[in-house]
Amino acid sequence: MEQTITLQVQRYIPEQYPEPYFQSYEVPLRKKWVILDALNYIKDEIDGTLTYRWSCRMGVCGSCGMMVNDRPALTCATFLEEYAPGPVRITPLDYFGIIRDLVVNTDDFMGKLKRAQPWLITDEAKPLSEGAYKQTPQEKAEYEQYSMCINCMLCYSACPVVGLEPDFVGPAAIALAQRYNYDSRDEGEDQRNEELTGEGGIYSCTLVGECSEVCPKAVDPAGAIQRYKATGAVEWWQSVLMPWKGKS
Amino acid sequence: MSNAPKISAGERVRYKPQIYMPQMSIFWWVKDRAYVFFIIRELTSLVVAAYVILMMIQINALSQGPEAWQALTDWFATPFSIGLHIVFLILLIFHTLTWFWVAPTAMVVRIGSKKVPGSILIAGNIAMWLIISLAIGWLIVSI
Ligand code: SF4
Ligand code: FES
Repeated sequence: MEQTITLQVQRYIPEQYPEPYFQSYEVPLRKKWVILDALNYIKDEIDGTLTYRWSCRMGVCGSCGMMVNDRPALTCATFLEEYAPGPVRITPLDYFGIIRDLVVNTDDFMGKLKRAQPWLITDEAKPLSEGAYKQTPQEKAEYEQYSMCINCMLCYSACPVVGLEPDFVGPAAIALAQRYNYDSRDEGEDQRNEELTGEGGIYSCTLVGECSEVCPKAVDPAGAIQRYKATGAVEWWQSVLMPWKGKS
Repeated sequence: MSNAPKISAGERVRYKPQIYMPQMSIFWWVKDRAYVFFIIRELTSLVVAAYVILMMIQINALSQGPEAWQALTDWFATPFSIGLHIVFLILLIFHTLTWFWVAPTAMVVRIGSKKVPGSILIAGNIAMWLIISLAIGWLIVSI
């Protein structure tokens, strides 16, 4: 007989029951299956009402993030076998509102990304006749790591500050700000600082460091935030010790 | 079973989610080893504060003359005080190490165009710490 494993999946169906509850499903424990395969098996073979998000099943779209045994993970990149003999608990990403079963509300996250002003900001737009904004490979390497984010929100679920302080802009948004701050074509740092050094900004981070641990794309948001704080500190001392230098 | 409204064919109803917001448990930090470690790191910062207060007490005693200073150093020699200092020292060393540990996260150091690996940064920090500690120790002993 084929080996099986039990998945304890958190359900939330507001029209039927006002609170989330757990439902167990027994699925085959197949080699090479990721958690998402097991969920798809449930949906196809056992219970079509189970609701969750996924799309690319190859760690690119960032939509399949869930808590697997209380740790945020991309379910398409997490092998089922690692959890044998089970059971495995699957719950929606922590600190997000739940819409249905494993689907969370992303509105808040989207708003936070906007706070980072994630676009190239220039003091003056170059006229078209001057051609493109050029960049050397070295200049690109400065920010490339921060541009790898797939908005999977795992880092938000790994961050207790996100849970304790709902206004905290959060790891991915700050990494995204750094993606532009470190871009040689960008001049928007002052503007972003204004937004991100205030309430719910970089200083809300207490450096738990788990955001970087769970990030599937090695963005290292914790590093981005600490580097941001370090620049902030240097600028502050500069403004105290050399006030004549001022802002350019 | 379901009390969802019946929708007749051709009719459209906009779905309005009833979002459920889970409450965060005050025991969130026992869920994962990393969080426990974080909490211990944060709590040991109280020991840093304790040492600052201790230094202020010392300065205060010093300013009040030899008797006050003698009384304080006598207290330092009690087994209780020695025990307390050993515990504090251990916690303080742990606290210091945790910060060296996270140092590579906070800074990117480059030599030329090469990034210096995190382990070397940590080792460098610890080496510097040991050298400075030894230098201070030597200063105190040699006076
Ligand atoms: S920084 Fe990493 S964990 Fe956070 S949203 Fe981006 S890819 Fe996901
Ligand atoms: S399904 Fe796209 S990242 Fe997992």
